[in-house]
Amino acid sequence: MLSPAITEALTAAAVTKRFGGLVAVDNMSFKLAEREVLGLIGPNGSGKTTMMNLISGALKPTSGEISVYGEAVTGRGASNVARKGIARTFQLVRMLPTMTALENVAAGGVFGHARRWGKELDDYAHALLERVGLPNAASAPISALTYIDQKRVELARALASDPKILLLDEWLAGLNLTELKIGITLIERLRSEGCTIIIVEHVMHAIRSLCDRCIVMNSGAKIAEGTPAEVLADHGVIRAYLGDENA
Amino acid sequence: MKRFTLSAAEGRGLVISALLFAAAALVPLIADGYPLQIGISIVMYTALATSWLLFSGPTNYIALSTAAFFGIGMYTAAGGIDLVPYPVLIAAAGIAGAALAAVVGLATLRVSGVYFVIFSLGLAELVRQVMTWLQHVLGTMSGLYVTIERSEPMYYWQLLLLAAVIFLVGWRIGRSRLGFALRIIGNDELVAVHCGINTARAKVVLFIISSTFASIAGALVAPRWGYVEPVVAFSPFVSFQVVIMALLGGTHRLWGPLLGVIPFVLVWELIAVYFPNQTTLLLGVCFLLIVYVIPNGLIGLVEDAMNRRRKHAAGPAAALPIDISANASAQPAVTADKK
Repeated sequence: MLSPAITEALTAAAVTKRFGGLVAVDNMSFKLAEREVLGLIGPNGSGKTTMMNLISGALKPTSGEISVYGEAVTGRGASNVARKGIARTFQLVRMLPTMTALENVAAGGVFGHARRWGKELDDYAHALLERVGLPNAASAPISALTYIDQKRVELARALASDPKILLLDEWLAGLNLTELKIGITLIERLRSEGCTIIIVEHVMHAIRSLCDRCIVMNSGAKIAEGTPAEVLADHGVIRAYLGDENA
Repeated sequence: MKRFTLSAAEGRGLVISALLFAAAALVPLIADGYPLQIGISIVMYTALATSWLLFSGPTNYIALSTAAFFGIGMYTAAGGIDLVPYPVLIAAAGIAGAALAAVVGLATLRVSGVYFVIFSLGLAELVRQVMTWLQHVLGTMSGLYVTIERSEPMYYWQLLLLAAVIFLVGWRIGRSRLGFALRIIGNDELVAVHCGINTARAKVVLFIISSTFASIAGALVAPRWGYVEPVVAFSPFVSFQVVIMALLGGTHRLWGPLLGVIPFVLVWELIAVYFPNQTTLLLGVCFLLIVYVIPNGLIGLVEDAMNRRRKHAAGPAAALPIDISANASAQPAVTADKK
């Protein structure tokens, strides 16, 4: 997959995270190429979200190195990682409840990788709301938005920083079938525009249609890596999800 | 409705505010004696409550440390009155307050919620004990005399000017990246760090600005009190009154505290006259009533009423002037004004 000509966007080298005696992420190493969409999958509790938190700087790894475009960001703190160009959404959508949808989006574009302000920020936030399909919601309070619309706002907030790498943590979770289709189309468009994305997801058909490559985690460790079709046919992966008798 | 550019409504608000301050400056020309005393109380508490709001409004960190900085300002003025000119002391008070706020802020703003509230309350007490101890070590007096002649109108104008500066700074911060950062922090600190905000620095900077103004206010009123001692200068009453007035007015607008200060000062005068021995009890009752009955303050009531009327009129919503907080606040009565 990775030829030397491809720029490496992100590298994780032997990253381990322990919470007391529990090893949540166990010696994870992988690379992410520029413009690649990488799926991070695995059963519940396998350490996917912890891995995302380690990349975004919300957590500090116990050992190992994470670098973005060759620059080490390990343990630099989430605000510094954000300034390096990593933006994320949260597993449970996190809104700024006393602000309008427009301000929620703008929040992502001021202090991080992109530092817009004034009219430029205003126009950009409006354009992003339009891009995620909410052209009329700019001045709506967050409480007036549906769940999928809040997710769209959160995605727009992440995009507002012009991220080099976008982390989507179960962004499709909790959506109904119609919403899911809208959501997948939205990510497909980002993908075709050349975004570099890591997706943590349980929705398998989304993984199949969106990801160039997948890493499967179980009990904090990597158990398989390859194209979605390859890893989903892997015996070890099936065993991890469904148990021995189905493998 | 654009949020990140100066709108016509905001410009109008600025002009109206300037006219109101100019009108307020005329008060000493028509009032003296007791009415002017009440006027001085109102401008002093407006300065203190608005400076409190600069930090606590957007971040939702309830600081009970006003008395610590107010007292530091008083003591700076009292301690240096025989040594340096008074205007220098006012600046020195601001610097002393800023320095204390920087040290305290760096040490404590990592703790949040109730821990911060308790710490900020303890701070005033700590400074008071240190001052008492210092005075004991340095001399025998329990207080300091501040001997400088100032007329009552002069106190009024000085404090009014301070209040005007606080409003202007608050308005400017509300429109700045720093102000936006603090509102994000007040909403969700985890989102704030992932947006790239250095949350500790933003909070410390605003805590310093807010505390500097409280210290300057202390230096401005010290000569009026004439005699400064720790029990009075660092009285927790000041901290609580400031918070109650700000909550009464409403904490999501810069001019919210002003709406709380005026009725509170007037009612407090009555309480002091008729129930001089029950002030602490009644302060507690006020606090409970405000929190339970009008959690969004008087300004919340006013805005609810305006929103209801606006819904009837069904016209386009105009942005309210001078806000350091959200247009769409958490109040359920606020409706979506979609374009």
